[in-house]
Parts: sequence; structure tokens; C-alpha cells
Amino acid sequence: MKAQDTLLYLDGVSVSFDGFRAINNLSLVLQAGEMRAIIGPNGAGKTTMMDIITGKTKPDAGDVYFNGEVDLTRHDEAEIALLGIGRKFQKPTVFESHTVEDNLVLALSGPRSAFSALFHKQSANEAERIEDILYTIRLNGKRDWLAANLSHGQKQWLEIGMLLAQDPKLLLVDEPVAGMTDAETAETAKLLREIAKTRSVLVVEHDMHFVRELDAKVTCLHEGSVLAEGSLDFVSNDQRVIEVYLGR
Amino acid sequence: MITQWFFTHVDRRGGIAIALLVAIAFLVPLSNLLLPETSPLHIPTYLVSLIGKYLTYALLAVALDLVWGFCGILSLGHGAFFALGGYAMGMYLMRQIGPRGVYADPVLPDFMVFLNWKELPWFWHGFDNFWFAALMVVLVPGALAFGFGWLAFRSRVTGVYLSIITQALTYALLLAFFRNDMGFGGNNGLTDFKDILGFNIQAGTTRSMLFAATALFLALAVFVSSFIIRSKLGKVLVGVRDAESRMRFLGYRVDRYKLFVWTISAMMAGIAGALYVPQVGIINPSEFEPANSIEAVIWVAVGGRGTIIGPIIGAVLVNFGKTYFTAAFPEIWLFALGALFIIVTLFLPKGILGLYGSWKTKLADHAARKKDSAPPPVAAENVHLPEPQAAE
Ligand SMILES: Nc1ncnc2c1ncn2[C@@H]1O[C@H](COP(=O)(O)OP(=O)(O)O)[C@@H](O)[C@H]1O
Ligand SMILES: [Mg+2]
Repeated sequence: MKAQDTLLYLDGVSVSFDGFRAINNLSLVLQAGEMRAIIGPNGAGKTTMMDIITGKTKPDAGDVYFNGEVDLTRHDEAEIALLGIGRKFQKPTVFESHTVEDNLVLALSGPRSAFSALFHKQSANEAERIEDILYTIRLNGKRDWLAANLSHGQKQWLEIGMLLAQDPKLLLVDEPVAGMTDAETAETAKLLREIAKTRSVLVVEHDMHFVRELDAKVTCLHEGSVLAEGSLDFVSNDQRVIEVYLGR
Repeated sequence: MITQWFFTHVDRRGGIAIALLVAIAFLVPLSNLLLPETSPLHIPTYLVSLIGKYLTYALLAVALDLVWGFCGILSLGHGAFFALGGYAMGMYLMRQIGPRGVYADPVLPDFMVFLNWKELPWFWHGFDNFWFAALMVVLVPGALAFGFGWLAFRSRVTGVYLSIITQALTYALLLAFFRNDMGFGGNNGLTDFKDILGFNIQAGTTRSMLFAATALFLALAVFVSSFIIRSKLGKVLVGVRDAESRMRFLGYRVDRYKLFVWTISAMMAGIAGALYVPQVGIINPSEFEPANSIEAVIWVAVGGRGTIIGPIIGAVLVNFGKTYFTAAFPEIWLFALGALFIIVTLFLPKGILGLYGSWKTKLADHAARKKDSAPPPVAAENVHLPEPQAAE
């Protein structure tokens, strides 16, 4: 397969930490508009893969292309974010001493220079977008709350809201339902399916119910490379996948 | 119109502080110059200069709070920017002495004659002009901060490592300025000033005007800080303080934001130093002493970091304490200062102003819980430092 017609293209990617190969000859391709679920046991390298895509970690070897042409290994975190790749972290990271609304204001796509920020005035359009997002993530009643005072699940949602505000082409979502109630989990799956209608989404998750609800192609990672790929049923019937999960 | 513009950029507390500072900028000189010495409201000249000196420290503290309190950059070398601003002003004051020096050289300051120098070093040129010197007061600290920050922030030096190299910076300057051949008066520094802008520097009127200028510059610094902090840029800075890498993943060039606020802060510190020197009458290398920069950190911590106003209170209170203790019990001052720092760190993590803030938050919280069981919405400017939150 060629990188040209893909949204995200990883080929032969490897990275080691102190001699330990966290990612080992990993290849993965995502088409524009696709939603993909990544599963795999703890330590499989799922988060590290996201680190590589978003420029936090530089791979030792391999190609990482975005939009078929942009070599992501040559860009840093801020540049990659501006290319249109948004990320939700495994541990929810919102700005705790800012209000819910300010968290979204900071994430909202737009100029990022210090000068424009110093003299920034919120436009009607921006206010409207924030309103929409607050509604989508069901925090419209809590816009003035400090993010620190939100529940764990609400923080996860706020972070998804921040992703939406960034208006990225590709969303990387790391374990979005960890610590959520069943009802919240179902809601989150619904939200992500909604988002995936207009953007590409890569979701890392352990929760099999959740993955089933996403109704997406599944890739199973193990020891830093792809173990199996296909529909959820296909992957979960793969003998090696069963071994990896049972062998834990 | 103007008031409306003003209050979109300053909160109530900042507005009160600015009003108070402008008021004392007028009232203190009036009291000193117009009231008879017998009046209980008369402020003697020595006290005017003493408070003026405290206010220059307060200005340094506000500058430090801008980077430490709001952006998480703990500078242990801000005294260097203060001292550089002070030296720039000192050089102007030296050139004003003219032929009135001990050696009566029309151009060369006494220490240069003493060192047998025949002509003015190149970097002393222009300092006979006040406005040139005033420009250098901000440009020299600003340029040093810019260069230093450019290197440090781009290579992502943070936390303790950054603090240590800021400390090294001021120490290096201390050693450099001690050397006679640096051309800044070596060990003795610059002193014996005669006049400023043509006014006798010892005169009560001049002293009062210097005081007024200090109070007004401090008010301006409060305004500039509030303007920055309440802008979107300020929100980015607080975001950097709390979760720097998260900010990068949102597409912000964190190093540039840091560089901006760091350079502004250094310029403020330079102005503080420039106002300090004519009021104390001397600038020497001891102003680069690392301990000075650490003391400034203590003022900010005591007053409350991340509050803009707190550092003013901290700087004035601690220095009143210092003046009192070093006169009454000179041997225990350092212990008192150390104890104060420990107490504040352990029991008042947000300083004096934070104590007031958390008391107000508690009341609001209590009221909100009465209404419904939800936690209170808290305006971000009241509580800046993230605290571990109790689970709901
Ligand atoms: N910065 C790092 N330094 C050292 N080891 C790391 C680093 N990041 C990840 N690892 C290791 O790489 C492996 C993969 O981690 P990770 O990508 O977090 O797994 P997952 O997200 O699939 O649970 C783990 O063994 C982890 O300890
Ligand atoms: Mg992980």
C-alpha cells in the first residue's frame, strides 16, 4: 500500500526505551473518514503509538505520514496539532484551574500566536461554537465551574469537547471510558460515532462492550506490533488474540 | 468609555490596588512637602524614601509573580534584571556628576580616573542622556532575558534545572561586576550621585517625585499584569503552568509564550531597579547576590503567588519586618526569614492573599451547598493554584 491515498500511514515503525522495544515494526493504515478501534493488553504500545503520531516520541525507524504527504517525524507537537491531529489523553488532562468554558476557549481552533492571544476578543462565531460544544458534551450548565471540580467522567467529556473545539481531521482518543459508568460509556460511544461521521477517529480501548458499540474495524496490538486486524468478531476469534488476552 | 475599557482588563481587586497606588503617589508627596513637620500626618523624607524603596521591591515581586505565579517559571535570578536596570540608571546618574567628582574630570567618573583610564569605554556613551539611559533600563534586562529564554525555553529546560541556571546567571553577573576592568566601578559600584534630570537627588521634592514615580510605575505594572493575565494569552500561560505538554498538543508554541512573559517580566524588574538606585543612592555588585533573588521569591510566596496584588503585600511586609528586625535583633533576621518561608510553604501555600481567597471561597461554597449540593462555580482569577480536590 502507498501512503498517498491514506490519512494516516505508519510503516515499519520501531521505537526502543533503554533497549526495550515498545513499538516493533508497526504498520497501520487509516483511510480518511475511517473510525478504528485499537485493542491490546496493557503495555502493548498503544499509547506509545499515539506519542509517535503526535510528535511526543520520535521513532527510531519507520515512516509516519499524515494526509499521504506530511512526514510527521519531522514536526513537533504544536505543528502536528495545527496540521489537524487532536489527542485525548489516557489520563484526562484538562486545565484544572480554568473554567469549563475557558478550557474550550483555549482549545478552539484559530490563530495560535502569542500576539493574537494577547489581543484576542471572542467573536460571535466562536461563542456559538463553544455553546454548541458545551451542549454536545452536556456541560452547558457547568460552563463556569472550575474543571478541577468536575467528576472523572465529566473531565473525560470535557477533554472530548476540547478535541471537538480543535476541529481536527483526525482524533486520537486514548481510553476514553476508563472510570466511566455504563450509562456514560454508552453515551460516549454514541458521541464518538457521531463525531466519526465527519472526521477520522482512532480509539484505544480495553472495554469490549464499548468497542462493540463503536461498530468499527479493530486492530489488536501486542508487544508493539499488529497481531490481528479486521471486524471485532474476526479479531476476537483469532487464536493468538485469545491467547494474548487470556495469557495476561 | 475609558472606565469600561479599564474594567474589562482589571478585576475589582486590581482596580482597588491601582486606585490606592495612584492615591498614595499623590498623598505621600503632598504630606511630605506641604504639611508642617509638627503635623501628625507629616511623612518625613527618610520615610518617603524608605517606603519608595519597598515599592521598588514590590515592583520586582510583581514581575516575578508574572512568571512564577502564572507561568510556573521559578526564577531564582530575577535580582539580576533588577540590578541591570539599576546599573543603567546608575550610569546616567554618574554621568550627571560631571566635573563635581573628587578628581573633577569633566567626563570620566571618579573610579575611572582612579584606574588611570584615559577615555570613556564605548558602553558608557549615551548615558549622559536620560532617555537613552531609560531605554537601556528596559532594553538591557529585556535583551538578556530574551537571549537566555530563547535558549532555555526552546530546549525545554524547565523546573528545578531552569531555577538553577537562573541562579547561575545572577551569580555569574555578580562575579563579572566585581571586576574593576568590567568598567562598572567594581566592588564599590556606582554612588555619590548629585542630581537627576537637573534636580538635586537629596532634595525632599526630588525624593517625593521619585516616590510618586515608583507608585505610579507599580500601578502600571499591576495594570499590565492584569491585562496579560485576563487576556487569552494569560489563560495560555496558566495552562502552561498546570499542564505544559497538554498546551503543546493544542497547537500552542509554548516556548514563545514563555519567552514573551519572561522578557516582559525582566523589563519590569529592570524598571524596579532603576527606581531603586536613585532612592537608595548606590548600586553595587551585591545587588546580584543570589540571596537577593531568593528573598524576592519569599516575598511573592508570603503575599500569595499568582495573585498580582499579593506580592506587593508580601514585599512590603517582609521588608518592614527586615528593617525592624535588622535594627532591633540583627542576629535573628535570617532565622526569622527562614522560619517565615517554612511556615508559609507549609501552612499558607497560597500566601496571605490566598488565605483571604480560600476563606471567601469557603463562604461561597457553603452558600452554594445550601442551595444545591453542587460545588460552587469559582471565577478563575480567585483561585489559581490547583489543589487536590476532595472527591465529590
Ligand atoms: N517514555 C518511556 N520510557 C520508558 N518506557 C516507556 C515509555 N513509554 C512507554 N514505555 C514502555 O513501553 C511499553 C508500552 O507502553 P504503552 O504504550 O503505554 O502501552 P499501552 O498504552 O498499550 O498500555 C510499556 O512497557 C511501557 O512501560
Ligand atoms: Mg496506554
